[in-house]
Amino acid sequence: MAASASTDARYDCIVIGGGHNGLVCAAYIAKSGRSVLVLEAAEEVGGAAVTHEFAPGYRVSSCAHLLHLMPQAMIKELDLNVHGLKLANDAMPTTALAPTGAPLSLGVGDSGALVGASSADALAYPGYCARLRRLARALRPIMASVPPRLGTDAWSDRLALLRMAWTVRTLGRRDMRELLRIIGMNVYDLLEEHFDTPLLKGALGFDAVLGTNFGPRSPGTVLTLLYRLAAHDGSSILAQPLGGMGAVSDALAKAATAAGATIRTAAPVRRIRLHEDRVQGVELQSGQTIAADVVVSSCDPKTTFLGLLGSEQLDTGFVRRVNHLRTRGLAAKLHLALDARPNFTGLAPQALAGRLLIAPSLEAIERAYNHAKYAEFSSEPVFEITVPSVNDPSIAPAGKHVLSAIVQYAPYALAGGWEPQRQRCTDIAIDTLERYAPGLRASIRSAELLTPLDIERRFRITGGHWHHVDLAFDQFFMVRPVPGAAQYQTPVPGLYLCGAGCHPGGGVMGTAGRNAARQVLKGAA
Amino acid sequence: MSSAALFQQPLLTTPFHARARAMSQLDSFIPWAGYTTVDVFSSVEHEYFAIRNATTVYDLTPMVKYRIAGAGATAYLNRLVTRDVGKLKENRVAYCVWCNDAGHVIDDGTIFRLGEREYRLCTAERQLDWLLDSAIGFDVEISEVTAEIAALALQGPSSCAALKDYGMTGIQALKPFEIGHFAVAGNEIMASRTGFTGDLGYELWMRPEQAESVWDGLMAAGRARGIRPIGSMALNVARIEAGFILPNADFVSAEHTIYTDRARSPLELGLSWLVDFKKGHFTGRRALLAEERRGARRRLVGLDVDGNKPAHNALLYDDRSGKRAVGSVTSAIWSPTCKRNIALAMLEAPHFKLGAEVWAEIYLNRELVWERRMARARVVEKPFFAPERRRVTPPADY
Repeated sequence: MAASASTDARYDCIVIGGGHNGLVCAAYIAKSGRSVLVLEAAEEVGGAAVTHEFAPGYRVSSCAHLLHLMPQAMIKELDLNVHGLKLANDAMPTTALAPTGAPLSLGVGDSGALVGASSADALAYPGYCARLRRLARALRPIMASVPPRLGTDAWSDRLALLRMAWTVRTLGRRDMRELLRIIGMNVYDLLEEHFDTPLLKGALGFDAVLGTNFGPRSPGTVLTLLYRLAAHDGSSILAQPLGGMGAVSDALAKAATAAGATIRTAAPVRRIRLHEDRVQGVELQSGQTIAADVVVSSCDPKTTFLGLLGSEQLDTGFVRRVNHLRTRGLAAKLHLALDARPNFTGLAPQALAGRLLIAPSLEAIERAYNHAKYAEFSSEPVFEITVPSVNDPSIAPAGKHVLSAIVQYAPYALAGGWEPQRQRCTDIAIDTLERYAPGLRASIRSAELLTPLDIERRFRITGGHWHHVDLAFDQFFMVRPVPGAAQYQTPVPGLYLCGAGCHPGGGVMGTAGRNAARQVLKGAA
Repeated sequence: MSSAALFQQPLLTTPFHARARAMSQLDSFIPWAGYTTVDVFSSVEHEYFAIRNATTVYDLTPMVKYRIAGAGATAYLNRLVTRDVGKLKENRVAYCVWCNDAGHVIDDGTIFRLGEREYRLCTAERQLDWLLDSAIGFDVEISEVTAEIAALALQGPSSCAALKDYGMTGIQALKPFEIGHFAVAGNEIMASRTGFTGDLGYELWMRPEQAESVWDGLMAAGRARGIRPIGSMALNVARIEAGFILPNADFVSAEHTIYTDRARSPLELGLSWLVDFKKGHFTGRRALLAEERRGARRRLVGLDVDGNKPAHNALLYDDRSGKRAVGSVTSAIWSPTCKRNIALAMLEAPHFKLGAEVWAEIYLNRELVWERRMARARVVEKPFFAPERRRVTPPADY
């Protein structure tokens, strides 16, 4: 492991992976005046936050299709609006589609007016939303902060723990009691306490299990719901970036470049190089070595530790924890190139600009999840649908449309393998959609199903999970991704993590990247 | 063996069991790693003096044995243990310890390099789980082979002569920690010049079906060399004289400790000579480096205790008043060969320094009346007994 003579460049910091977290991290570090190099394996930046052409003339956000988690403060600090971030729609309503009868409109955000639920539910809804918003607000500081360590003597850790306890305490007795009561519950039981309308319960429960390995009856799904609310400040305004998610990454790349960072694409890293147990830089797959005192990896923890670093550089106990991380994705992405505007039964025309849910009841979601437990594709999957071409005609040929849907549940390790069943699973998903939008199938020019396995291969995410590491109590906050690496630092001096596998997790949020940059700058100071 | 059979017979028998049973005069058997083994055959004193003056046979089949093989075997073992396995040549044996992430010792044992890519690891405790988790990312195969290999220790000054008499021609050429292969009366025997007595001695490794034949052959050939079987009690006296530590006596495996602060690092166990910080990464390295920088808080040392009463389980104090405890004894015996009252003890800083004086609180049971003695003790060099013959090659023909 001697210093190589072929080192032809040196930076203060190298960021592996040009996904949104990597770019955010690079931008913040570069802003401090340090030299930063971002190395992206793909031909373009963005990681999974990209827009791709899936049929001639039809473009779509490859994974996440809604922007709602990125903090406003970050957008402002990085001048993303100046760097080209534009929203095609910044207040998208949510509508729950019904198998029969009228859809249920949940309005914009969680304070929207409820149309289509029972009168009792309409009455209960604002109180439910207000309370969840208060609880989520109490958890908000946890989302934004670097998790404290346990069992240290450092005052900063103790202070952070005290501050957390204080924020929860300031909720007041009744809300705090409610938080403690529900935090370990499942979302099924919670919603049963409040509402009658199956369609409403399905829609509200859907957000708790979206992108997780859970069904509504799984323990911990109230936590994932509160997490989602806390991440967007309790307001949950959904937005669609103009040009798809790739445009967000482009703006982030411009922000990072403007701050002084250098970005290299088509530069896959082979390994992280160490010298005397300190980070020395990286070696590219081309054989080129680049030196840096700090390497920040936005890759998932398994790729970073077991792939790029190698378990021989780590202790057995640590490797065991990394190896045991649950990283299998359970969500697929369906992209349809359509000749005509899809016609969902009973849907008001303006609602097509928003988010559509097919999750007719909590039982329907749970039934869809049952298949996943046995590595099967759901026979009646549940969906989050957008038709981005309604807000942004530029992504489809004139007069044509794109349908983008997250499909659950699609197990990473599908029994029988994905390749022989890709068409069958695509048909199941389209058949389900056809029931809600008669005539849809006839207007499909091209269909693409991105399975978790495709997502793993295309975006180099072990398991194809958009949070990198499943979001659950035991992989959350102070123990995310694993104890010993939960403060963005790792056991190897100079190596940091900044990806979705870190607190607070995935979704196009960028907070992990920002927190990691903070830790890097603190370590370098 | 099926699980039903295990239920009916909780302790397994070794391939030497019938012979041991026949020669046992006291019928004193104890469990060891799932096997029933002899504690003492006739008398501890006779057996101990045979170790130091003649030759002894000890059944060490229950010692847990793992086969570790593959292109990545050396890299794997180097990451597992604190010593540099890369320096271990083929047909050589090395004593080593391995740690958890916190740098606390999980177990100690011996690594036998059987080939370029094949090793045998002998351990006190079963730990396949740890070994397999350590294999993540390495091209290596690991399997437990305890029941596939019968093993005997031949220890004592006349052990080499006894083995020659038995027909293991060339055994005298084996250097300490060297491995040789021999064929006697159709039995293929692997011999290593290793042992747990600190004396001249060998360990013989064979297939279970050859076990009785080898035992019988040794007993017949070694008669003139004073051969006799021994149990673990006599061995324990010898190992303390040799300064060897024993899991669950001198330390508790870090995987088994429940109280915090009970796990021990190799530096604390006085095994810093086994820790090679220069060889590259190994599990526990970062924690051990930090500990080394911080300085040791305690250390396992040898004690020479006044008087002739073994300081079993004694608390150790900084002065005679016995007010402030500074450590405790982990193993203690009256050493018949050294004629010294010796002990292994864990002492807090700074009392573990060579020559430091502490006081041992010894309880004596005199016909059911307990007496308390405060005995002066000094920290001394280990091993207590290290005869030149353990190293001389070829050994003298005792």
